[in-house]
Amino acid sequence: MTGLDHRTPAGSGRGWVALPSGGGRPGVDTFARVWATTIAGTSYVPLSSTELESFLRDLAGRIIDALLDDTFDPQVGYEVGRTLVNAHFTSPETLGRTVAVLGNRLLPQLGLSYVEGPDAAELASRLAMLQGSLASGFAEALRDRTLDEQEAIRQAVLLAREEAQYALRASEARFRAVFAGAAIGIGIADPDGRILEVNQALASMLGYTVNEMRGLNINSLRHPDEPIEMQQIFQELAAGGRDHIFLEKRLMRTDGQAVWTHLTASLIRDEDGTPRYQVAMFEDVTERHQLQERLRHQATHDPLTQLPNRTLFFERLNEALRSDDPTLRVGVCYLDLDGFKVVNDSLGHDVGDQLLVAIANRLVQCVSVGGHLLARMGGDEFVILVAPSRDTASAIEVADAALRSLEEPVRIAGHELTVSASIGVVERPVAGTSVAEVMKAADITLYWAKSDGRNRWALYDPERNAREVARYTLSATMPRALERGEFFLEYQPLVRLTDRTVIGVEALVRWRHPQHGVLRPDRFIGLAEETGLIVPLGRWVLAEACREAKRWQQKYPGQAPFVSVNLAVRQLHDRGLVGDVSAILSETGLDPSCLQLELTESAVMGSAGPPLDALHELARMGIRIAIDDFGTGYSNLSYLRRLPVHTLKLDGSFVEGLRPEDASDPVDEKIVSTLVSLAHTLNLTVTAEGIETSAQEERLRDLGCDCGQGWYLARPGPPEAVLAFS
Amino acid sequence: MERPSWAPEDIDLERPSVARVYDFYLGGSHNFAVDRELGRRVIETFPLLPKTLQENRAFLRRAVRFCVEAGIRQFLDIGSGIPTVGNVHEVAQQVDPTIKVVYVDIDPVAVAHSRAILKGNEYATAIRADFRQPEVILSHPELQRLIDLRQPVALLLVALLHFFPDTEEVQRTIARFRDALASGSYLVISHASADTQPTPLKVAELYARSGTPMAMRTKAEIARFFEGFELVEPGLVLGLDWRLEPEEAVDDNPERHSGYCGVGKKP
Ligand SMILES: C[S@@+](CC[C@H](N)C(=O)[O-])C[C@H]1O[C@@H](n2cnc3c(N)ncnc32)[C@H](O)[C@@H]1O
Repeated sequence: MTGLDHRTPAGSGRGWVALPSGGGRPGVDTFARVWATTIAGTSYVPLSSTELESFLRDLAGRIIDALLDDTFDPQVGYEVGRTLVNAHFTSPETLGRTVAVLGNRLLPQLGLSYVEGPDAAELASRLAMLQGSLASGFAEALRDRTLDEQEAIRQAVLLAREEAQYALRASEARFRAVFAGAAIGIGIADPDGRILEVNQALASMLGYTVNEMRGLNINSLRHPDEPIEMQQIFQELAAGGRDHIFLEKRLMRTDGQAVWTHLTASLIRDEDGTPRYQVAMFEDVTERHQLQERLRHQATHDPLTQLPNRTLFFERLNEALRSDDPTLRVGVCYLDLDGFKVVNDSLGHDVGDQLLVAIANRLVQCVSVGGHLLARMGGDEFVILVAPSRDTASAIEVADAALRSLEEPVRIAGHELTVSASIGVVERPVAGTSVAEVMKAADITLYWAKSDGRNRWALYDPERNAREVARYTLSATMPRALERGEFFLEYQPLVRLTDRTVIGVEALVRWRHPQHGVLRPDRFIGLAEETGLIVPLGRWVLAEACREAKRWQQKYPGQAPFVSVNLAVRQLHDRGLVGDVSAILSETGLDPSCLQLELTESAVMGSAGPPLDALHELARMGIRIAIDDFGTGYSNLSYLRRLPVHTLKLDGSFVEGLRPEDASDPVDEKIVSTLVSLAHTLNLTVTAEGIETSAQEERLRDLGCDCGQGWYLARPGPPEAVLAFS
Repeated sequence: MERPSWAPEDIDLERPSVARVYDFYLGGSHNFAVDRELGRRVIETFPLLPKTLQENRAFLRRAVRFCVEAGIRQFLDIGSGIPTVGNVHEVAQQVDPTIKVVYVDIDPVAVAHSRAILKGNEYATAIRADFRQPEVILSHPELQRLIDLRQPVALLLVALLHFFPDTEEVQRTIARFRDALASGSYLVISHASADTQPTPLKVAELYARSGTPMAMRTKAEIARFFEGFELVEPGLVLGLDWRLEPEEAVDDNPERHSGYCGVGKKP
């Protein structure tokens, strides 16, 4: 082939311009630079501009060689196109600009734009063919590259997926191992409660195999004693009402035993929020629970008798009172053994303890029928809680039964012990009361049962309580009343029956109370004796009476009546009595013969030792001694003889039976006449109390009674009234 | 998106991947329709982005060369993406074929592809890990096999950090790497910045909508990531200003939108 030989100088048949070969030719470098500038930045290639230029220079050389070669091979363009793509000129824009720059700038840069004629046509055709083959090489390589890269990235995806799958399987296996081997019980159920999966720990906890549990409903694991509210909580979870539960739950083992568990359950939802699973984790806390129960039992029971202790009792009472059913009633029997201390002291604590246990057993048997709670409050105190109580009668029945259960003697260590108990019963509606009120009432009532004579029950009585409260307040205010001079004396004449002369007066104390008005001695003397205030009060009465009597003496010397003052047992036993009396007498200057002291029969009869000495001493001083209310107590008549007594005051009850002649009670008549003659035999005078009719006065005079006292004869009055009699 | 290692992420081809979109920007075909769709939309708002990324790659190339010349023989490239051309191992191993390169990316596909490419290259490897777990990366057996942490390492965080909006976290993470690296190690960072972008919010928003939050930080914020390193000349600058080779043609487009680039040396 004669083709175009660019190495041959110009002047060949075609008039081909001679050009230096390849890169060495002038213009190639310039063209490469132009090309580089044109396509720079159109594709990402990891080349600096210098590198790019040299890369393109090579390509440009190959194109130019092909263009001028004798034997034209358009395949070169194709190779160049591929080379570009392989160098990562992947942008279509690179191709476009390359084609353009070849068409517009190559021939001018090579200095061939002047070629004319058939050579020019040949050049243009060759260039076009090269451009075309470059474009198809570029396109083909780009398609290959694209497909390769797509293939590569898809392979990468597959590989990555495989790895992810593998990791997922590994993680699943790990989870399965964790699930299966976890020490905590785990179960998964569907929203309806059907068990999908459980682990070994849960199955073992409940006595199943894992297989047996699959498909069961979680309800079948419930313990029958589980409260109904618990189920509601679970239903809420299943229905999506709550997402988590933490609670203590009792489950039932296959052998029927209860398993206490700490449960954490959660609801698992899918992406739309629809409940999918319930997952529950169970920790077996049965042992801990039993320990807690034991501790709680210890805290709420009495170690000696095993009965509930006061803590538990108060808990239950509280519960009973908290009820808001207004028709409910509650009963409390507060029981205290009578004389338990004696057993303890004489037979020892050991026997005492055994006795308490025996009694506890008796009481348990007697209350357990009604299902009442029996608790030991401490010491020898027990309490029975009747809640709910039908009515007061039923609470009393319980108390009665308790007392009866103690009737049989108890045998302990060879001793036959008989114990009784006193019980305070409180029974009332639960509404409007409190634990404190109930217990206070029970305490008071127990005290009543004791003071009423033991071995009995007493029922709480609000009126009695109110009275006692009033008594209590009265006795509490008495000392101040004495200081403030709220007490005063009235005097009732003692009249000689033969001639109705007033020979003496009895001083009677009164209390002008700021709220209750004037109180008679029966309202407060008893209290004063209990509190001991009787001693200063009695001293005041004595002094006041003596002062008054002295005044009468001064007014009517020799004719004035003596004054008779009551002396309480407490006073007689008071060691200062004789000193007080003589001090008062010397202070007031009253002659001892003008003073009479009245003592009750029992005070005098029981006396021995210092009190009796005091009595003798007073008599020796010349003071008259009278026995008050004679005939109501037990009198040893022979003893009476040796006492320094001057007068018997016959109790009003004997006088009551005396009526005109035949209407009179013959027994009373006989007693009075016997007593009168007896007194006279002993050289004592007799004063009859409580004379209310003329018939009584007459009968007494006829029977030889010396003096009389009573409303019929004269009412008590102020000191001035006494002067009127004299 | 963080996932504990026990629950591997599924490969979701319905969502664009940062790595594949990046490949698309660079003219690669390692991408799918979703990736190209996001890529085209970003290019619509920011037509110069491909060029910017080319500049970023050019910076990466120059920075790697710089490190190799400085004597570094171990590279840790985190957020390496899908290998295209001019990858770190190619650039580095051209000078010394025994230079060690460990690529790290969170994208499992990118990692799988990297592994395929690196088959037969005994000095380079790719591992899948999260930049925010330095201990996991540094103790990874593949890394341990290739890299001796007692010797200096070049840590490349190129076009990565703007994908973590939590600045504190980035700071802490870099500090943990820094403390584990030998003295004489290098830190290479390039980071998109609002300072240099005409439409930063738009771009960030497009990424955010596709599930990838972006944080265009200011120069000062980026500079703070070099705490504990000494910036080499010329400091933290635009990509085109970082040690451009003298004969290299400057783009005729006067606008410069590349992010900030810098290289620091651990004293
Ligand atoms: C824009 S590319 C940068 C690629 C390469 N460094 C470059 O500059 O040419 C960001 C890469 O970071 C990866 N990436 C994103 N979050 C990551 C993380 N938490 N840990 C590791 N790589 C992450 C993406 O998968 C992506 O491949």
